[in-house]
Amino acid sequence: MLLILLLVPLFAAVILAFVGDRKFAPEINIIGSAATFVAGAGLALQVFEQGPMLAGKNFFFVDAFNVYLAVLTSFVSMTTAIFSRRYMRREREHGRIGHIRIRFYHAMFQLFIFAMLLCLLTNNIGVLWIAMELATLSTVLLVSLYRTPTAIEAAWKYFILCGVGISQALFGTVLLYFAAEKVLGEGGEALLWTNLNKVSGSLEPTVLSLAFVFLMVGYGTKVGLVPLHNWLPDAHSEGPTPISAVLSGLLLNVALYALVRCKVLVDGSTGTHHAGNIMMGFGLLSILVAAFSLLRQKDIKRMFSYSSIEHMGIATFAFGLGGPIATFGALLHMLVHSLAKSAIFFTVGHASQMHRTQDMDKIMGLFKGNPLVGWGLMFGVMAIVGMPPFGVFTSEFLILTATIKDAPWLTPFLLLGLGVAFAALFRRVQPMVSGDVPPHQKPMKAAHVPVILHMALVLMLGIYMPGFLNNWFHTAVELLK
Amino acid sequence: MDINIASQITSFLAALVLLTAFAMLAQRRMYGLVNLFAWQGLFLSINTAIVGFVAGKHHLYISSVLTLSLKVILLPYILHVLIRRLKVHKEVEMVVNIPMTMLIGIALVIFSYHLTAPVMELSTLVTRSTLAVALATVMIGLLMMITRRHAVTQIIGFLAMENGLFFAATSATYGMPLVVELGVALDILIAAFIFGIFFFHINTTFDSLDVDQMARLKEED
Repeated sequence: MLLILLLVPLFAAVILAFVGDRKFAPEINIIGSAATFVAGAGLALQVFEQGPMLAGKNFFFVDAFNVYLAVLTSFVSMTTAIFSRRYMRREREHGRIGHIRIRFYHAMFQLFIFAMLLCLLTNNIGVLWIAMELATLSTVLLVSLYRTPTAIEAAWKYFILCGVGISQALFGTVLLYFAAEKVLGEGGEALLWTNLNKVSGSLEPTVLSLAFVFLMVGYGTKVGLVPLHNWLPDAHSEGPTPISAVLSGLLLNVALYALVRCKVLVDGSTGTHHAGNIMMGFGLLSILVAAFSLLRQKDIKRMFSYSSIEHMGIATFAFGLGGPIATFGALLHMLVHSLAKSAIFFTVGHASQMHRTQDMDKIMGLFKGNPLVGWGLMFGVMAIVGMPPFGVFTSEFLILTATIKDAPWLTPFLLLGLGVAFAALFRRVQPMVSGDVPPHQKPMKAAHVPVILHMALVLMLGIYMPGFLNNWFHTAVELLK
Repeated sequence: MDINIASQITSFLAALVLLTAFAMLAQRRMYGLVNLFAWQGLFLSINTAIVGFVAGKHHLYISSVLTLSLKVILLPYILHVLIRRLKVHKEVEMVVNIPMTMLIGIALVIFSYHLTAPVMELSTLVTRSTLAVALATVMIGLLMMITRRHAVTQIIGFLAMENGLFFAATSATYGMPLVVELGVALDILIAAFIFGIFFFHINTTFDSLDVDQMARLKEED
């Protein structure tokens, strides 16, 4: 099942590269992503029944932590493919992209999904790095898809900054292997996470704490943590909206996943809170800087990119804080943020297509112009700022509770960040959704399935947590202790 | 081969790698830079082969050949073609002047020695003394990316960083497992195609490869 899950997007990428810009290419894209999701759900069922497992000569492994992220990744990529069908058709009509770029777009989209799933499911931390780099490379040219000066600038920044960042992570991985080799002997076995986790107590602590600094800078760049976040608002705002949705909703999660996996090893070795403290520092700084940057934004996609930085900061902070409640909150936060943020990007994409601009001052009257887009955006923002009864409220509440208990002096900063972000987003969204329909707004058929599905899930997770998810999270919390 | 001699040869090659890194910092012409990059790759490749021979690690021969074909032949060739096609021979103005850059480079080397000192104490390999040089090469590559404002130079700096990382892997652990080495090589290859495409996009959109022109995306006040 695990191998099927990885092979489906890879095959889909090859097929789509050949199919090119035929009439049914978006449908193939949807079918490919749906098949990936089915395989992901199958894998989840298997893990649910049999517990964690290894596959492919220990090369791949699944446990409670990565299985839920793999399902999430395949689910959001499916809904994004559905959204992208309408969205890209509209972009074609506007003449922003041609045949070759559509071919390229579809093939790269699937390759990107493959890279993320490989990242999540591999057991080898070297391959984890390679897959992470592949995920960056496959999206660089998608960010510059429109070939406008700003898009090219954004993509170049993304390529260079993430390339540099991720090389630091490779150095960290080399150091980790250096320590592992002493205990486990040479060869691929010494890079397998499951093996490393077993012996993490006997890994050399000085080397691992040095390695963690490099890993933190490397993967932290990809998570978009302040002060390594410069590429993120540009890359997320200049690319096509489906790509913004998967970058914000999925890639950031995957990078954070890589970081947390490394943190577990480092903690096991040093036995101190060294790694956690670093993560808390980066996380808190990200929350505050992103919240205040939110106030200054004029471009709608840029604003929500800063909101992604803020939420990744919250999750990083919570993982750094550690403890069962905070970790549970962080896991839930990754899930609900991903669902809510991609739903927001779907509505934002339609809203900017209707007005042919991303400038927030020119977007208005969405409730009347297109109720689905208007209400979708409104509810999306309500969810993302953490209003009850949405799932983000639950996760932020858990994290806040844990902070009050374990690090009370940080609570005011956390609250300040959340409060400012709340105010900043609402101040901007109110004028966009209310009011009369402006003359430059053009009606369009929106893709409603993805938005409704995502929002319903976020709402459900705030009210009722399914038993299996609860189990997984508890197992993952045990794992990350 | 005697372990002592081997250790001396690797140290000598490490010195050459560091020297090429510094030479790259001072070089202003594009072709010169690409050639220096190729030399650095060659030293790395020889070093890898020697380490492989001394330590009896046969997978290092594969990495050595991979380095030779990728970093000494293919990438410099691609860069030469791109430079000729795009007609960029001279570097644009630097942010910091050359003597200053060299001084920062020296500081980075000292910093690298300081940082890797605890790791080197733990190592028993022939190559352990070169880990600091490897880290220094990474840092100098980074410095080059920061101080140069030309897209091609930035990419060469990026590739020089990659060289340093590869060197680190050889000197700290006798190379990463083969599957990882191959994957990294694949990623570099893909990256090479991407920056090749990029140079043309930047050049046609901005009429130059000076990255200072790319300053439209800023926070508005």
